[in-house]
Amino acid sequence: MRQLLRNTNFTFILGAVLVFIVVQALISLGVLNAYWQGIIFWGAAITMVSLGLNLIYGFNGQFSLGQFGFYAIGAYASADITYRWVRNDPSALVVVIFGSILALALMFGVSAFLRRFYGVATLTKFLFNFLAAVLGFFLAVRFVNPAIGKVIYAALNALPSGISQQLIFFLALVGGATLAGIVSYLFGIPVLELGSDYFGIATLGFTIIVKVLLDNTDTILPFPEMKGARGMVGIPKWTTWPWVFICFMAVVLVMRNLIHSSTGRAILSVREDERAAELVGIDTASQKILAFVVGSVFAGLAGGIRAHDLAFLHPTTFGFLPSFNPLIIIVFGGLGSMTGTIITGFFWIFLLEGLLRLYLPEGFETWRFVVYPLVLLLMMLLRPQGLMGRYEIAFLRRPLPPLRVKEASPVQEVIPQAGEVTA
Amino acid sequence: MSVTVEARRIEQRMLQRRNGVVLNRISQVVFALAGILVLYVVGRAAAANLGVFFQQVLNGFQLGFIYALIALGYTMVYGIVKLINFAHGDVFMVGAFVSFFTISLLNLHQWPLAVWPGMNPTAAMVIGTVTVILASMLTCALLAVTMERFAYRPLRAMPRIAALITAIGVSFFLEYFGGLPFVFTNNYITYPRPFEVFVLNADMVPPLWLGILWGMCGIAAIVYGILKVLGNRGNARAQAWQRNPFLQFGMLFGGFLGVALTIIWLTPRLVRTHFDLTASNAMLIIMGISVILLVILQYIVRYTRIGKAMRASAYDKPTSRLMGINVDMVIAATFALAGSLAGAGGVLYATAYNRIHHLMGIIPGLKSFVAAVIGGIGSIPGAFVGALTIGLVEVLSAGFISSPMRDAVAFSLLIIVLLIRPQGIFGEAPGEKV
Amino acid sequence: MKGRPENLSPEVEARPVILEIDGLTHYFDSLRAVHDFSVTIKEGELVGLIGPNGAGKTTVFNLITGVYRPTAGSIRYEGVQLIGLPSHEIIQMGIARTFQNIRLFANLTVLDNVLIAYHPHSGYGLADSIFRSRRFREREKAMIERSQEFLEIFGLADRQNDIAGSLPYGLQRRLEIARALATQPRLLLLDEPAAGMNPQEIDQLMELIHFIRDRFQLTIFLVEHRMRLVMNICEWITVMDFGEIIARGKPEEVRGNPQVIEAYLGRQAIR
Ligand SMILES: Nc1ncnc2c1ncn2[C@@H]1O[C@H](COP(=O)(O)OP(=O)(O)OP(=O)(O)O)[C@@H](O)[C@H]1O
Ligand SMILES: [Mg+2]
Repeated sequence: MRQLLRNTNFTFILGAVLVFIVVQALISLGVLNAYWQGIIFWGAAITMVSLGLNLIYGFNGQFSLGQFGFYAIGAYASADITYRWVRNDPSALVVVIFGSILALALMFGVSAFLRRFYGVATLTKFLFNFLAAVLGFFLAVRFVNPAIGKVIYAALNALPSGISQQLIFFLALVGGATLAGIVSYLFGIPVLELGSDYFGIATLGFTIIVKVLLDNTDTILPFPEMKGARGMVGIPKWTTWPWVFICFMAVVLVMRNLIHSSTGRAILSVREDERAAELVGIDTASQKILAFVVGSVFAGLAGGIRAHDLAFLHPTTFGFLPSFNPLIIIVFGGLGSMTGTIITGFFWIFLLEGLLRLYLPEGFETWRFVVYPLVLLLMMLLRPQGLMGRYEIAFLRRPLPPLRVKEASPVQEVIPQAGEVTA
Repeated sequence: MSVTVEARRIEQRMLQRRNGVVLNRISQVVFALAGILVLYVVGRAAAANLGVFFQQVLNGFQLGFIYALIALGYTMVYGIVKLINFAHGDVFMVGAFVSFFTISLLNLHQWPLAVWPGMNPTAAMVIGTVTVILASMLTCALLAVTMERFAYRPLRAMPRIAALITAIGVSFFLEYFGGLPFVFTNNYITYPRPFEVFVLNADMVPPLWLGILWGMCGIAAIVYGILKVLGNRGNARAQAWQRNPFLQFGMLFGGFLGVALTIIWLTPRLVRTHFDLTASNAMLIIMGISVILLVILQYIVRYTRIGKAMRASAYDKPTSRLMGINVDMVIAATFALAGSLAGAGGVLYATAYNRIHHLMGIIPGLKSFVAAVIGGIGSIPGAFVGALTIGLVEVLSAGFISSPMRDAVAFSLLIIVLLIRPQGIFGEAPGEKV
Repeated sequence: MKGRPENLSPEVEARPVILEIDGLTHYFDSLRAVHDFSVTIKEGELVGLIGPNGAGKTTVFNLITGVYRPTAGSIRYEGVQLIGLPSHEIIQMGIARTFQNIRLFANLTVLDNVLIAYHPHSGYGLADSIFRSRRFREREKAMIERSQEFLEIFGLADRQNDIAGSLPYGLQRRLEIARALATQPRLLLLDEPAAGMNPQEIDQLMELIHFIRDRFQLTIFLVEHRMRLVMNICEWITVMDFGEIIARGKPEEVRGNPQVIEAYLGRQAIR
């Protein structure tokens, strides 16, 4: 037993399962009311977004303010899928899923094609990929949806209603995340080239552009059901604790496994010294895109979770001010520390939306945002490296390989005669 | 050995590759065509409605000059401490509110009349307005210096992100502290302008003035041209004169005033029947004050001790310190300058648009920042050109594309400019770094 | 042959060419950093590049490894034109380099530094690492073992889990070479590997260079100011000054060349 407890994988899984059971029990027993349940789900969503940002900024060194843009894309896309589905319209589901598949396939083809050339400019890469993605979605809208929309609808509805609902929800989450991933890929190709500060500014621009588009979904974009600046209502409230838990654990595990691999080390090397990384043979451009896309997929997934918990989406949720939250969370938690991000992510929402909102006296609502920047200032002055620094709990820590048992030989002894050492 | 096999394979792949130049050309053509298409669509809309077009250009310049004042603050601060001072937009907001209080509570804009009741009303208006602006500038300079002292300086040795987060914190603080009911409240407030706004008409601009202005502008242009030719031949003194702020002042001020007044003068005579433009005195005052402040700034940065120290510190802080420059002081001075410009910008913005709000600084702040980046961050002329560009593009896109998209267009422009020229339009000349 | 001294042994001349630089020219704005630089290196050679400060030596390395795109000229590695290729592809083709001012991944461990250079040869993909497949575990283990072997050669085995930035200077230089070797090169470019070392350390370094050359069948092209090292280990040397080649030949020939002496010591030295 003690042996088992010392096994970090085992303890982690045990802990996770315990958390799951306890929260589930509290929810089932009605101890956690809808409000606090919402806070937990919200915390999980924000933490997922922040983990994505930590991958991009903390681990890969690319300063991004664009996470909320992808969060919004994921939220609106998945919400649209389920919104239309419950109104007997499978078009969003079919378009997003098949459009993504087609777009990904075409983009893959384009990348393979471009690899046959050298000296391809980033804008060229962007253009070809962009056209491929547009073509993919165009095909889905124009041909796939009219052709098989009805069939899919009938087929999914033939399943027992509980199962079909869960399946649709799953597909909606996947669809939202994939869409966020595709957009981030297209956006990332040219913009990641810019280098850290300018990249940050461009991503800020991205968030604001997304916000403006969301404000005008019904006028500029052709989505009347999103109702522009009035807010999208009528999204089915399908997010449940198991879904939140599964998505959250998936994000944590994927991120951990990614970071503790050769690719993860390559991602870290870009943060440390991009030029040097390039000159030891790392394709830094693709590492940056990879981290950016994975981070954005996390954000898109979180958006889907959040949308189906709130059941109401409004563009201000994804506005300028809240878009700083993930950045603040990862800096607080410690750049490059998953543990820190997870702790502060939940803590942040608990504090800001839970405790302060509920327990500040009447009329002090507005003081919340006066106190919070002061806390921010104090925190930065007192502990600028973040709460956790780069500390990780054992399960998330990078494994240090043991020293080789063979006697380590000093240089002088190894070298003298080349013949001595057999290759 | 497997290593070589692998390498040979990579090499084979390389050998099969072709040069991507053709693809790049294709994509350049596609982008160019897309650009031309956009210009064509917008241009056609503009041509169909020239009156609106010219009106929007005027409005765009007005907005652009205000952005320029804010953008300079961003650019100077970034140039010297490499910090995106997110709170700068809120300093601008505070500037507007300070002038609101000085005007509505203290009647500061009327003090000359209160002291010397018989004074010429125009002179009193000018002095009063200038006082109001100065009061805001001073307050904002103090605010900016305080901010620097307590929020940024302690973090200077830390990674830059710490200061950035603090800047965000300061920004939130100013916004929401300002939003408290006993501070600025969270309502839109109608702004009492320091002077009466009226629409200009031809009688107010005697042709004599115009003649003088055009003369000024023309002489400045000729002198500039001569200096430029001499400078290009390698005459160092001519090169120095070419950058003289007073000469530039002549060019800018004379030029803009000349153009604006000519439009106004011509309006009723020739164009009103076709175009129906309106320009107010506020427009001219805003442009004029902006230009004057810009020239003063240029003078400070270029010719004074502190300005030289700023440029040196922007270039290389440790060395400047070794050369005996008090870098902390220089940074504080930079913040003071930046803050005062933002304060003036706040007053002008409020005068132009007549409404103030505790969150009003966010969007103009961001846009000015965008302007600074487009112009080439760290460059003063860059900030100016970028601000005018953003002002024009924003107002024109509001007129001809779609009003809600104006922000999106401004930021798209940012991304496009960054892609084509990451260092911004003027970003290369390090001589202009501050 | 162009870009080589005339009097090398026929046995060497018979070997295949590995690197052929021809007419390489590079301008930084109006500064001419490299002008009409031609060098041809055959497999297995150990060639030196020397010249006074600012002569353009590092720039040549940067041009070879694709950091800058030259204004004119050609660089062929085993017959493949390198100009226009991104750096990482050039490295993956089998050229590795070290840096004049050490550029390790200072916050990562010593072992990680070497492992990162192994990344292009890791042999597993994203899916393998996310699902922790068997291939992932096997390849990862193999990678770590190979890296540890490198560290052993360079006397860094017992410090594998130290943070690279905390190593003493000499070890950092060695780690840079180890990292370069982990990219599995056939041509190694060393930029002032002996900078800041004392004579004993230089002797050690010389042995080390010889050793790795034989062990990994490398061709080595090195920039160095320390004549002790250059004169002892290089088979032939190219001298540049103000971006141009002013002399090339065996070490003893170069040593006596008046132009070289002038470049290093100024005109007075000759009079
Ligand atoms: N990125 C750059 N931009 C502008 N000029 C540069 C750049 N890199 C190098 N130079 C200039 O090019 C010239 C050659 O520099 P290089 O670093 O190649 O010299 P070097 O021979 O390696 O000198 P050292 O022995 O000091 O290392 C120098 O005059 C240097 O100032
Ligand atoms: Mg050098």
